[in-house]
Amino acid sequence: MIRLPFVLFFSAVLFSAGVYGVLARRNAVLVLMSIELMLNAVNVNLVAFAAALKDLTGQVFALFVIAVAAAEVGIGLAIVILIYRNRETINVDEINLLKW
Amino acid sequence: MSAQEYVFAVLAFIGTVAAFRLVTAKNVVHAALYLVVTLAMVGAIYLLLAAEFVAWVQILIYVGAIVILFLFGLMLTKAPIGREALDNQSRGLALVVALGVLAGLVFLIQDAFKWSDPKMTPVSAGTAALGESIFSRYVLPFEAVSFLLLAALIGAVVLARKDEAT
Repeated sequence: MIRLPFVLFFSAVLFSAGVYGVLARRNAVLVLMSIELMLNAVNVNLVAFAAALKDLTGQVFALFVIAVAAAEVGIGLAIVILIYRNRETINVDEINLLKW
Repeated sequence: MSAQEYVFAVLAFIGTVAAFRLVTAKNVVHAALYLVVTLAMVGAIYLLLAAEFVAWVQILIYVGAIVILFLFGLMLTKAPIGREALDNQSRGLALVVALGVLAGLVFLIQDAFKWSDPKMTPVSAGTAALGESIFSRYVLPFEAVSFLLLAALIGAVVLARKDEAT
């Protein structure tokens, strides 16, 4: 028996670490890694509620989130490599083509 | 505290430490390896919550495929090493925002669930039931996700290909 709030707190900590990583990192690949951390926190919540409510829907949606995360990483890394090829940098604060 | 809770506490502690090291690591390859530790611990927690199929998918897709993809990305873009090169100037602000998010979430959770509250006794429904659920009730979202994956694959190929025409 695991108390549900324990799992939810763990997921909240993971999510906050991901938020910090997204905001503090300059390297675009590290930003993508932090986004994965946040998606994992969401998955932990989904699976925990699936166990708490004895309903499989949470697990099904966790699988969907994993699939979407895989697609996101593929596209994200393709974009990062393209930017690196064109601009010789992947620092997100130097990439300001769309800024103003 | 039950035995499962102790095991969960250990796994969560290792995963949390690895997550903190991931977002503060000075070396990008070390960051990817810390990501492996966090993802593996999350997978072990899925096992603890009796979600075997999700746990194995987590190990296969995340640890097996996504981390390798990240390592490829890191190797193809030569990343400088060191704190100043990897972190931007607004680290303090980022820390404040992250702590604010954490405080808000913790407040919401302890407000919504009292400590005595829902004791989960994870019962394994089995992979068969999960598959049945995906392919009967959630078959339309499943198709949508597979279409999304196909579109993402084609998009990644188109993006990463060298433009010979221009």
